[in-house]
Amino acid sequence: MQSWIILGAGSEMARPFLRRLAGTGAVLFLAGRNLAELETLAQDLRLRGAAAAEVLAFDARDSANYPALVARLAACEGVLNAASFVGSMPDQTAIDADPGLIAGVIADNFTGPATFLSLLAPVLEARGTGVVVGVGSVAGDRGRIGNYVYGAAKAGFATYLSGLRNRLGRRGVHVMTVKPGPVETRMTAGMKLPFMTTPEAVAEDILTGLEKRRNVIYTAKIWGLVMRVIRAIPEPLFKKLSL
Amino acid sequence: MSFKHKDYAGWGRALRASGAVARPDRASALAALPAAPAFGMRRSYGDAALNHGGRAIDMSGLDRFLAFDAGTGILELEAGVRIGDVAAAFAPRGFLPAVMPGTGFATIGGCIAQDVHGKNHHHAGSFGAHLAEITLWQGGNLVTVLPGTALFRATVGGLGQTGTILRAKLRLAPCTGTVMLVTERRARDWEQHLSLLDSATATHAVGWIDATATGAQIGRGIVEEGELARGLVTQRPKAAKVPLDAPQFALSAPVVRAFNAAYYARVPAAGRTVLRPLADFFFPLDRILDWNRLYGKHGFHQFQCVVPLQAAGALRKMLERIATSGLASPLAVLKRMGPGRAGYLSFPMEGYTLAVDFPNRAAARDLIRVLEEDTTDAGGRLYFAKDALAEGARIAAMYPELDAWRQEVAKADPARAYETDLVRRLKLRSP
Repeated sequence: MQSWIILGAGSEMARPFLRRLAGTGAVLFLAGRNLAELETLAQDLRLRGAAAAEVLAFDARDSANYPALVARLAACEGVLNAASFVGSMPDQTAIDADPGLIAGVIADNFTGPATFLSLLAPVLEARGTGVVVGVGSVAGDRGRIGNYVYGAAKAGFATYLSGLRNRLGRRGVHVMTVKPGPVETRMTAGMKLPFMTTPEAVAEDILTGLEKRRNVIYTAKIWGLVMRVIRAIPEPLFKKLSL
Repeated sequence: MSFKHKDYAGWGRALRASGAVARPDRASALAALPAAPAFGMRRSYGDAALNHGGRAIDMSGLDRFLAFDAGTGILELEAGVRIGDVAAAFAPRGFLPAVMPGTGFATIGGCIAQDVHGKNHHHAGSFGAHLAEITLWQGGNLVTVLPGTALFRATVGGLGQTGTILRAKLRLAPCTGTVMLVTERRARDWEQHLSLLDSATATHAVGWIDATATGAQIGRGIVEEGELARGLVTQRPKAAKVPLDAPQFALSAPVVRAFNAAYYARVPAAGRTVLRPLADFFFPLDRILDWNRLYGKHGFHQFQCVVPLQAAGALRKMLERIATSGLASPLAVLKRMGPGRAGYLSFPMEGYTLAVDFPNRAAARDLIRVLEEDTTDAGGRLYFAKDALAEGARIAAMYPELDAWRQEVAKADPARAYETDLVRRLKLRSP
């Protein structure tokens, strides 16, 4: 039996991924803040084939209940897997005007999910199986003028995942970092962005990546190439660009 | 949740709109929006989903299954759920939507608003016949609509004019198999085509028609009959995708004639019986994503009419016009419909329905106008899910219950907040 804890289960990007898991008959734990909405989603997932779907309260900015969450998951039999879809992206200009916002962005995109995963890690290590999927962003690959605080948080999360992969890989637990480019969601509504993808395509790419035991995937795939180019731009030139 | 400016189009891509679109992903987000026409996956070909210069609400994010009772087969779901997702999720558990249109991408809200029909219309009636309840979001109130009421008849096939279709309870049919047993027979001409459709005994029956064949071969095609069965078939391959707008010659007359001849010859003269995955049978074109781009950037029109049984001769004359025009595409369908219809403006009537796609060119638009006249003369009607070119005066004659619909809609939406481009073009709400 496969069980999945999904952080940020109410996000639009998580929904098609959850449905794909439900179709395989997995046990799903939906963690997030809006419990009433998550309960509706849980019912949807049960009707789509999930063996069970349970709602858990999770706030990236408040780790007080994380040990209790981990205890709940440790009580669950079979293969335990985790995926984090949490994140927030306030406008960079809003952050520049009020740097007090930085702490929240770092918590939502990095320290919140990282704290939780570090608490869960010993449980996974003990089982010696399972996967962890961490959703970062292409924005974490380089600090751009348009969203560098969000980018910094995602970069921190990506580096954390890299280390977690190093640690858990030794015990049979595979960690995959997912770096989406722009995805059609509320976060990007109305924006005209290049190489947009959809939550459905992201779900497909994640599942394919897991099948192939990939370490890091870009979605849409073209972003792997784009970011390789962007990372190669020398800093003296990059600092003058507004990408 | 707010409105964002967007350029969008109907499935035919010939009619387009530009306006503010919001995409709520939960009922509370919808409640925060001002009243505006709703659309789903925009699989209606013309302008049924468009509101140029105004606001519109994209319902595709409200796509959750809410409750299911295996005893009654009643599934409650949100309006943005795609009908193909219902089939995929419930077929393994022994249930299917009782009526499914030709694309699995159509949403439940769209199926209700157009009172769609399927290949089993002659047995099962239209989509609306299988609804146990509709929930409308009507100017700030939740309104429960039950079968048998005037509001129900105005909502089913009602083009979204009675309020935003938010949820529905759908009575699923028992699904006795996991694959389709499909019998394909050649129909060598019009007479044989009709007689094969008339004598079809299977639950599902539909004819593909070679709309380029002329002379003695006019009306030739393949009649397909399907029954649910148990068996194993290979997994449906991943859908292909049309990556860009095709050039004009892609569907030019010689290409279409050659394609149609090959398609006809594909079925042996003696006919054949094959097993198909359910989705391949019900939603054959969904295997090619964005297939509407095959018609190039100018898009296309689909002409679909239904005429009474006794007007079959008139339909044959229409097909002659089409076949000699050299404008038709390979996508042409002939089907015998039963009388089942659930709303004042529902399309079906007992008779024969013909659907043909045409590239969006002046000659094709002229031909479609003539075909519309023929339809009127034959006592038939046009389908709002497909129409993009008709005029109001013609439509009023085709829909005898239009006045009853208008009365209900005037009560439900006095502020005319839900009017779409189609409703304005056809003057549906005002004589």
